[in-house]
Amino acid sequence: MDRIQSLEMRGISKSFQDVKANREINLTVSSGEILGLLGENGAGKTTLVNILYGLYHPDDGQILINGEPVRLRSPKDSMRAGIGMIHQHFMLVEKHTVLENIALGYAEAPFLFPQRSLRGRIRELSAQYGLDVDPDKPIWELSAGEQQRVEIIKALSRNADLLIMDEPTSVLTPQETDELFDILRKMTSGGHSVILISHKLEEIMDICNRVMVLRKGQVTGEARIEEVDKGKLAVMMIGRQIAAAYPKTDIDPGDAVLEITGLDVDSDRGLPAVRGLSLVVRRNEILGIAGVSGNGQQELVETITGLRQPLSGSVMMKGVPLDHADARKAHTLGITHVPEERIKYGIVPNLLLYENSVLKRHRDEPFSNWIQMNYAVIKDHAGKLVDGFNVDAPSINIRVKNLSGGNIQKLILGREISGGPDLLIAAHPTYGLDVGATEYVRKQIIELRDKGGAVLLVSEDLDELFMVCDRIAVMFEGRFMGQVTPDSCTIEEIGLMMAGSTLQEA
Amino acid sequence: MLDIIVSVLTRTIIAGTPLLIATLGEIIAERAGILNLGMEGIMSAGAVTGFIIAFTTGNPWLGMLAAILVGMLLSSLHGFVCITLRANQVVSGLALTMLGLGISGLWGKPYIGRPLPQRMPRLDISGLSDIPVLGDIFFNHDWYVYLSVLIGIVIWFLVKHTRMGITLRSVGENPKAAESQGIPVNRVKYLAVMTGGGLAGMAGAFLSTAYSGSWNEGMVAGRGWIVIALTIFALWRPGGAFLGAYLFGGIFVLQFMLQPLGVSPNLLAMLPYLSTLVVLLIYGLSKSGQRRMSAPATLGEPYVRGGR
Repeated sequence: MDRIQSLEMRGISKSFQDVKANREINLTVSSGEILGLLGENGAGKTTLVNILYGLYHPDDGQILINGEPVRLRSPKDSMRAGIGMIHQHFMLVEKHTVLENIALGYAEAPFLFPQRSLRGRIRELSAQYGLDVDPDKPIWELSAGEQQRVEIIKALSRNADLLIMDEPTSVLTPQETDELFDILRKMTSGGHSVILISHKLEEIMDICNRVMVLRKGQVTGEARIEEVDKGKLAVMMIGRQIAAAYPKTDIDPGDAVLEITGLDVDSDRGLPAVRGLSLVVRRNEILGIAGVSGNGQQELVETITGLRQPLSGSVMMKGVPLDHADARKAHTLGITHVPEERIKYGIVPNLLLYENSVLKRHRDEPFSNWIQMNYAVIKDHAGKLVDGFNVDAPSINIRVKNLSGGNIQKLILGREISGGPDLLIAAHPTYGLDVGATEYVRKQIIELRDKGGAVLLVSEDLDELFMVCDRIAVMFEGRFMGQVTPDSCTIEEIGLMMAGSTLQEA
Repeated sequence: MLDIIVSVLTRTIIAGTPLLIATLGEIIAERAGILNLGMEGIMSAGAVTGFIIAFTTGNPWLGMLAAILVGMLLSSLHGFVCITLRANQVVSGLALTMLGLGISGLWGKPYIGRPLPQRMPRLDISGLSDIPVLGDIFFNHDWYVYLSVLIGIVIWFLVKHTRMGITLRSVGENPKAAESQGIPVNRVKYLAVMTGGGLAGMAGAFLSTAYSGSWNEGMVAGRGWIVIALTIFALWRPGGAFLGAYLFGGIFVLQFMLQPLGVSPNLLAMLPYLSTLVVLLIYGLSKSGQRRMSAPATLGEPYVRGGR
């Protein structure tokens, strides 16, 4: 097959159950070009590239390579057509060497001693694109940057002309990122093209020739990179108008509940995620944290809820320091948590609804005494939650995994706020919920605030933050770029802060 | 004294042979991520099938072939339950053991205690067999012994140095990565489990048509369980299977040799499991050991295609 001169996706639509992940998307990319694909989580970027890689099949629309329509039914088809994909989580066998990983499934590798014959090819590609990596090392000994180079070599060795990279820099150090961009520039000057998924505006400006912005499954903007700046990109990404806030009683915030000073936290990869961050949340107050995800929000939430050990700085809950990662202690001090990954961390899918309704409090009176669970009280409590929080469940005796996402979230929220916590940490509480459930969850959060609770709400959805919060802080690379109140700021200001400018500059 | 040593070593090789064959089989299955605890049952079924076919046809080769087929058939059942239905591999494996033992009891009833007219012949290598001491130890065995060594070398080579081996290992380590490179993951798993089962059946046939030349219920006598331990002892490597099989075979022989001297055979029967624990302990204590010697990463986990 000829090299890919141009690739076009025309009118691509894809739905999962009722959710329209992609609607009528048109995309073109030509040889020598880097196209940035920008959008919030859930905007449909990954779905779109998975269609291109043959993992999903579009409901509608077609794909053309060099003007000819092609059908991509599996990754094999896509590979044969010259499309290579580098997933965010590398598809490498940790225990195997670089050579073995490249030989896996590689049709041109000989049956006997495949590693040996590949060595020359790898060396060639390494030299050509500056992909420096030791072919005999096992993957687990390599840094994230090196592993990514292995993935690139793997794609190139299969003659990929178009490389799709899903958030390639999320696991890299700044230096590794620069090296990656050098490699990408070398590749495009050799006629390759790249689709780069990112939600880091800086990077898009740095490396891309063109950018396309997705929002809620639709293309909301497309431009050559010279025509835009970071602020414009941020606005394209978050949308135009801001919805009106929910009616809220004006209450002056009370005493400080949570006080954080000079907090530093590392990510799983050992890279700094939260840097010298300070904040205060008071009674009767909802503090929203805005920002593109991956800027340290998750690490911040995990630190407050006792799931992650901070490097330095202090977290004070009602004057009591939380200096060790200890989820139990955080809970005892009155912190409750609606986690980002609700199925994974919010419930035990195989336990029954009533058992899930008392998680974390199951060891306290009146749900249990020193040896026995008090199921009568627990079931009574579960019944009240189901009624009080509109959980649509046939019975409290069913496994929680059989509930819909919205009902699971209502149950979690009910469980977390029914005890009247001092502080609720809610991470993306309405992500993936339908309109009704979303509204319900938001109103419950406001009600908790009215009753004297403090809330820290992390969300990517600016509408949500403006509708619910009393104050909004914008987080970028582990720091706050500024704090605003919803009624006294513009979407452009927020956009600029999300792109890394401070409020003064904005 | 020399006589005793020669005799111990000769019998060690014989006792190690069924362990070697079946362990190679289990290694292949586990390298593809499928734990097969049904080895005891498959070996029993192989033993009885091998015996019946060899007895009725008078040809031990046909017995071996039939045993391999039965082993493949039984393990494909395990494959269906674990791969296609994605059920619990431990439960399915244990059930397979029961099934195999039951089948062998049922089929073997009329043949209990009847001697086999024609056992698997010895391989006479002229010249080599006559070498004193070495000839007796190494070159005076039946075909199974040499076949097992040959199979072991071939498997070692395939696993280590061929594309097929990389595919097999990758499927057990990271099936998603394999799938993303167009490998038919479940087909590879089926082939691996069935190959493993075939080898277990062959090991069973060795016991009834070469080792003892008769069928008796319970004649596999826990070897299927030793094979599971041996697979771990060998750290899932064919080379380790050689070492382990002959070592455990030697322990087997010593159980009988040392009994008159007052050493409890129960103590020695314990050794295979004890030494497996020791090996795990030694490698478990060092970080690099953990990394390099650990079990296939997705061993025992069902693979869901396209899952996240």
